[in-house]
Amino acid sequence: MLEIGLSHYLGVAAILFTLGLFGIFLNRKNVIIILMSIELMLLAVNINFVAFSSFLQDMVGQVFAMFVLTVAAAEAAIGLAILVVYYRNRGSIAVEDINMMKG
Amino acid sequence: MTLPAMLPALPEIFLAVFGMALMMLGVFSPEKRAFKTVCTFSIAALLATLVLVLANPGGRGVAFNGLFIVDGFALYMKVLVLIGSVVTLLMSERFLRHEGMDRFEYPVLIVFATLGMMMMLSANDLIALYLGLELQSLSLYVVAAFQRDSLRSTEAGLKYFVLGALSSGLLLYGCSMIYGYAGTTEFASIARVVSAGALPAGLVIGLVFLITGLAFKVSAVPFHMWTPDVYEGAPTPVTAFFSVAPKIAAIGLFLRVMVGPFDGMIAEWRQVIVFISVLSMVLGAFAAINQTNIKRLMAYSSIGHVGYALMGLAAGGRSGVTAVLVYMTIYLFMNIGTFACILSMRRQGSMVEGIDDFAGLGKTNPKMAMAMLIFMFSLAGIPPLGGFFGKLYVFMAAIQAGLVTLAIIGVVASVVGAFYYLRIVKLMYFDDAAEPFDTPIGKGVGAVLAVTAVITLLFFVGLSPVVEVADAAAASLLQN
Repeated sequence: MLEIGLSHYLGVAAILFTLGLFGIFLNRKNVIIILMSIELMLLAVNINFVAFSSFLQDMVGQVFAMFVLTVAAAEAAIGLAILVVYYRNRGSIAVEDINMMKG
Repeated sequence: MTLPAMLPALPEIFLAVFGMALMMLGVFSPEKRAFKTVCTFSIAALLATLVLVLANPGGRGVAFNGLFIVDGFALYMKVLVLIGSVVTLLMSERFLRHEGMDRFEYPVLIVFATLGMMMMLSANDLIALYLGLELQSLSLYVVAAFQRDSLRSTEAGLKYFVLGALSSGLLLYGCSMIYGYAGTTEFASIARVVSAGALPAGLVIGLVFLITGLAFKVSAVPFHMWTPDVYEGAPTPVTAFFSVAPKIAAIGLFLRVMVGPFDGMIAEWRQVIVFISVLSMVLGAFAAINQTNIKRLMAYSSIGHVGYALMGLAAGGRSGVTAVLVYMTIYLFMNIGTFACILSMRRQGSMVEGIDDFAGLGKTNPKMAMAMLIFMFSLAGIPPLGGFFGKLYVFMAAIQAGLVTLAIIGVVASVVGAFYYLRIVKLMYFDDAAEPFDTPIGKGVGAVLAVTAVITLLFFVGLSPVVEVADAAAASLLQN
């Protein structure tokens, strides 16, 4: 039987984090997907925190994870609000349409 | 926890409570007067906080079980941040009313962003660092998109949000690795683990992610791509705010993290900081040459200035930190002044932002041209203006630390950078007069312009006391 240890949790978190990172950069379609990718990154970090917390027998990691969850909720709310305002002006939320200023 | 135990955080607690009261005030005052009332009270609250910060007896104070620290360094940086916020609010009022976005949420958001910056500067733990940073960033995303019927402003807000959230994610991943491999989130305990030697690879990886996240926040190359777009798109007073207060706070946080817990790993991180410092200085100098929009030009200029500040961080030690503090002090005044000029660029009631619009300003508005001349010379680092001394201290610190090549690159970059600052001076004094800007420019902006011009011009008079205070602040940071 395979023993599931710290390194497996870290591996899963690293994979999820990388997926989130690439989701932001490689996605050419929709800004909502970027918001989802950001959430994915934050959740990967939370897996890290909880895994370390359990491994170290230390509660601080779980406290940190709680704070991250709270901030992630606020961040999603603000991101969606900005996106709604942008959509009203532009009429589109395709990533390639966000090109008013070069860069 | 008793009340005296929370006393070191008194200015922050005051500002937090007052910020919430301001929201109530805004909601319950008549709609027409809400903006004016809340704006006035916000300025009063920030000034009162400044008094509370200055009233601190000095010495080291710790609150919230060691998550929050007050020392000379935190106090020094908080004073700079608060000055930046107050001055921004003073300059914003008229502009926002003109552009029809005089909603009371604006001053409230500035107050909360300032609160976040003060928390960042007093962070003594990775949790406190993250929460302060996010309180600041979340408020700033909203103010960037504050002109909500403008496509440019909302696009700036969206870009800032996406890249800011990405950088928070990277920073957080770094925090989780550091927590895992150091076994703690407290700065002091991390410092003990780091100085004990035998660094686990996870700690180094965590530090790299942390540096990446912080480099995003200070907009250092290669993590600068959001800066020009956000600076150009955001409403001008917001750009003025972005270019000073959050930048100063982020540089302060950068210093606290690098010089504090990770001082023992200086050999590892110095190479990285030198690298991003060189890239920032060079890109700031070259990319600004082709710009036609003054706000975009100031974005590249600020990227370059971050490069110089990071040079002081790369030098490290007491002289390096002192140099960064002096640099940021001067940077605050000359940048705010430049933006006061940009805010006064208005023809027939609407804003103009082109660099060509400065043409002939020396004839049409000699006073403003004179002030702009002082700021441009200072930003270029020409003696005896303030900006020269900032660069001087940074270069001296770099040479003392043996980073001679870095200092030489810095000098070359600042010579190249002088080109585009002097181009504006040339436009103002030697080109044919364009249509004059609208006058009067308003009491708030006018006063800011005059005061910052005088401070930038006569900075050498107050140089030695400033350096003395900065030196004491640097010593307090290194003590921890």
